[in-house]
Amino acid sequence: MADEIKTGAYICKGCDLGNRLNTDQLEMIATREGRVASAKSHDFLCGAEGVKMIQDDLDSGESNRVVIAACSRRAKTDAFNFAGVPMSRVNLREGVIWVRPDEDEAQETTQEMAEDYVRMGCAEIKFMSTPKASEEQGTNRHVLVVGGGITGMTAAIEAARAGYQVSLVEKTDALGGTTGQLYKRAPTRAPYADPEDTGVTELAQMLEDDDKVTIYLNSILSSSDGAPGRFDIEITTGDATQSISCGSIIQASGQTEFDANQLTEFSYADAPDVITQLEMEALAKAADGGPVKRPSDGKEVQNVVFVQCAGQRSDKEGHLSYCSGHCCNTSIKQAMYLKDNAEAAAEGSSIDVQTTILFTDLRTPGAGGEDFYRSGQNKGVTFRKGSVSGVSADAKVSFSDLILDEDDTIDADLVVLATGMIPNSGRNNEREDELAAQKTQLEAENKEVPQEILDEIAIPVESILNLKYRQGSDLPQLVSGFNDSHFICFPYETRRTGIYAAGPTRRPMDTQQAQEDATGATMKAIQAIENAGQGMAAHPRAGDLSYPSFRKEGCTQCKRCMMECPFGAIGFDEKGFPEYNEARCRRCGTCMGACPVRVISFENYSIDSVGQQIKACDIPDEFDEKPRLLVLACENDAYPALDMAAQNRFEYSAFVRVVPVRCLGSVNTIWITDALNSGYDGVVLMGCKKGDDYQCHFVKGSEMAHMRMSKIADTLQTLNLEEERVAVHEVAITDIHRVPELINDMAKTIDEIGMSPFKF
Amino acid sequence: MSDIVATNETILVVGGGISGISAALEAAEAGKQVILVEKNAYIGGRVTQLHKYFPKLCHPTCGMEINQRRAKTNPNLTILTMAEVTDISGDKGDYSIKVKLKPRYVNNNCTACGQCTDAVDAEFDSEFNYGLNQRKGAYIAYNNAYPQTYVLDERIIGTDDATKAKDACPADAIDLDMVEESIDLKAGAVVWATGWRPFDANKIQPYGYDRFDNVITNVEFERMNDLMGPTGGKVVRPSDGAEPKKIAFIQCAGSRDRNYLKHCSRICCMASLKQTHYVRENITDGTSDIYYIDIRAIDRFEDFYQKVQQDETVKFIKSKVAFITEGENNNPVLNGVDTEGYHRYANEYDMVVLAVGMEPSVNQSDFPVEIVMNEEGFIEMDEKNGGVFAAGCSSDALDVNRAVQSATASALRAVQVINQVGAVSPQNEGAK
Repeated sequence: MADEIKTGAYICKGCDLGNRLNTDQLEMIATREGRVASAKSHDFLCGAEGVKMIQDDLDSGESNRVVIAACSRRAKTDAFNFAGVPMSRVNLREGVIWVRPDEDEAQETTQEMAEDYVRMGCAEIKFMSTPKASEEQGTNRHVLVVGGGITGMTAAIEAARAGYQVSLVEKTDALGGTTGQLYKRAPTRAPYADPEDTGVTELAQMLEDDDKVTIYLNSILSSSDGAPGRFDIEITTGDATQSISCGSIIQASGQTEFDANQLTEFSYADAPDVITQLEMEALAKAADGGPVKRPSDGKEVQNVVFVQCAGQRSDKEGHLSYCSGHCCNTSIKQAMYLKDNAEAAAEGSSIDVQTTILFTDLRTPGAGGEDFYRSGQNKGVTFRKGSVSGVSADAKVSFSDLILDEDDTIDADLVVLATGMIPNSGRNNEREDELAAQKTQLEAENKEVPQEILDEIAIPVESILNLKYRQGSDLPQLVSGFNDSHFICFPYETRRTGIYAAGPTRRPMDTQQAQEDATGATMKAIQAIENAGQGMAAHPRAGDLSYPSFRKEGCTQCKRCMMECPFGAIGFDEKGFPEYNEARCRRCGTCMGACPVRVISFENYSIDSVGQQIKACDIPDEFDEKPRLLVLACENDAYPALDMAAQNRFEYSAFVRVVPVRCLGSVNTIWITDALNSGYDGVVLMGCKKGDDYQCHFVKGSEMAHMRMSKIADTLQTLNLEEERVAVHEVAITDIHRVPELINDMAKTIDEIGMSPFKF
Repeated sequence: MSDIVATNETILVVGGGISGISAALEAAEAGKQVILVEKNAYIGGRVTQLHKYFPKLCHPTCGMEINQRRAKTNPNLTILTMAEVTDISGDKGDYSIKVKLKPRYVNNNCTACGQCTDAVDAEFDSEFNYGLNQRKGAYIAYNNAYPQTYVLDERIIGTDDATKAKDACPADAIDLDMVEESIDLKAGAVVWATGWRPFDANKIQPYGYDRFDNVITNVEFERMNDLMGPTGGKVVRPSDGAEPKKIAFIQCAGSRDRNYLKHCSRICCMASLKQTHYVRENITDGTSDIYYIDIRAIDRFEDFYQKVQQDETVKFIKSKVAFITEGENNNPVLNGVDTEGYHRYANEYDMVVLAVGMEPSVNQSDFPVEIVMNEEGFIEMDEKNGGVFAAGCSSDALDVNRAVQSATASALRAVQVINQVGAVSPQNEGAK
């Protein structure tokens, strides 16, 4: 064991660094001030020879940690790849010479910039050690699937095919879910012309025959706790409860058809012959290829109208704002039931069933969708662009034909409402907390609690997962109650590691998409198991072995870390000390940023690893007129934007010192306070967009940072400093022109308000 | 390239766009050995050429940065750029694959300093910018391209420019003696993710893309709005460089049309709705008119559509435009009938954006292995495909979110094959 820290600092002279900078001086600074064991320069450090020089030193034991003073940490990662060796990358190229003019008068400040970065790298490396897998890991190649509809069944069979054990929990007495209630489904294969069998029966049989799969019918998840790789689950079946353990969870809780009783304008509640799509499936099932009979009097239907977007795509109270995605194809399919059945019954005679689909936008995307639409047209289904104003109790449909620009009615004998879907996403814990807080506050102020708040609180919602997490019983919800990730690029990243939502609980979708989605979620579920087994983080820091630990003696049990963790990774014990569940942790460091007593750290990222960099900078005295600006930049977006600005040689102030952070959420206010106390004149924080359309890769990190920084004003006041000295910006990775401007703006501000009085 | 180790436990991913990268990373992050083969000199594919994503209006580079970092830090993943699969033989669980590697003329010494670009004179149409501007003969496709290694255009090889580039390189990274290579790989399963190409707008003769300067495509419009793009983020009329005010978007340009693409390309409605945001943000007093058949803002995208409908600068006209003529000042004039009320129109605009659809990149006849395709050219899921699984837009016209879903699913299908043939598998835990 190399206990003694022996840091080798390696300074590159390539890419013009040798011409622009005094590298001898940088070597001296690394040795004298940075206290490294050795400092060497090389003409071309990332070349084979340069890399060999470093590797030889590591092999001989001359160094066991390295500081690479060359290009950005994002560049040349293949060359500078020394497994298991702590490394600090000092960005002299994109961070210094590429953003400074190559002019004699700029040389002094440019050199100072480089020197500070070398000091910072040497300071950081002292507080970095090699992360090792935690003691907590377990590999449990067992996937739990919640929900036995088409999504859950597909996830179960796919996981089994990958070789994993599966437990499938279904609350009803049979597998199949909504898809099991369908007569047929829209086609999933070319030529996409006719409805096809749902495949549910075969799938259920396959699951029953598979010895890797255990099916729990009439069962619910009554408790789930633990972390990826070691979830402890209780399954309750009737009065009996049994415990199992699993490595990851797929939530396939499906959807519920929108309650058509709310659609009074369509007479659903009073008219037996006004039905929903799911009720139409039941009629078709009953008919089984024969004529479909209407509910009121059993008459064979001859004129059927389908009303698309019933209670959907609407901002009316109680309606769904979104489009449910499947209903256009579903109506085409149901119209085909009628057409095909009539044709079969009549055997070529002219008896026909009129089928009319009234739509505003017909949505049948992709190759299959459009082919199916055309097939519907070929079969004689009538499509009219129309906006339905009402349906009478005797099934007369009034609508405005948008093509002919006139009002019309159809005297139908059956009306099918395409009402759409509502996700079964469990309890919305965030909303519950919000409502409870509002109620408590109003009561404390002796004000009356509005009825709508009481009503909303009174609506019982069943939990799907019954998570024992401190952060709530279910997956967090986003827009319209879906358990979605809200990431375009990373659709499966929920805020509860190792628990993946699939199917219509995530976004509206049809059966084919649900099956595809289930397969994708299964990929993530088995991946979570494999990574947890090795103590590795899940997305986006996949493979990261570092994890947070805390110093118990300093902890004040304030629970801020638990509250701010975006991923519900932290619990607390009976004494109120935090309990980290490393396998749930995404390593963003938001807990570290939140901790008011600074007891949380990672092996290679800590209050010190950043704080000491800030302190390592040389702060010129007030009369030098060289201000110092600190930029804490999110490494995911702001830092790459700065790199790209440098690639384009966009210049910015030489007085700035940039420190990349894992997420703005990891920024602890002590860094700001320390910076200001030690004479920095301004601090700029650059993180990702927060809010509903957040771009923060750790979901809430940026938001948390903004919240903390809003309180920094107090600190500034105590220090008797101007508020303008600290700025927080939302920055996108493409803000290549803007990031230098933000830095220069702060430089200008300091120019105007003057230097900090805290110079020593 | 002899150092690539590939066995029948390796997964080969063909295509390094968002689908291919996602499939490759998901499998690699589950511990599988993956080789990704990409035809271009960089990974990322079409999404890198987009300015923003719908519906969040965020930037593709943001997610790509994360994917690049995942790729950089994952020891299970090998990426081959400028590489094309020329042959696949064998069966599920045991494929032999031939890959052609085109010469880059730049080796791993490259530090992306850019001095070669400054040294050469020759310029060529920029493929990355759909020919809207020119790039040098020594170049990198875009700022954040990965790998960060320059390329010499083969057209400068043998010219003075090649020598100039070589002489300018301080890292000895330029190797003019590189030649095309062919390598043999083994793989147990293949994820096919070669994506899409924009439908060739020249084929839609009535719209005159080939004749009228101010008729452009939606993919070109994306590049124009990128601050780092060919026009520095300015929307300009190709005819005179002026800023257009009145812009028309024509939906289903090529799509949902038996003469061109039978299918609905799914993304174009949302793309145009998104592009109306660009018009509002980047053009003072700019207006957008959308000519459409159906607005297919499916599922939660509906919210986005609702917001655009509230925008007073955007108008919706239900009509399939019949043809375009050119009026004064090179202004395109749209002719057709507004089907909501049947009004004949001849509307003049400053610029027209054709919402061209997507067609699969690889034709069936060019496939290196037998594959089941539908009439539209998308790969169907079929037992006959053995261990070859389509991901993303090889399987259907998909948006980014759905493409990644599809890719993740295909990664699992490949993993299933590997787990069946492999020595290291959940069934055989002792080996681990």
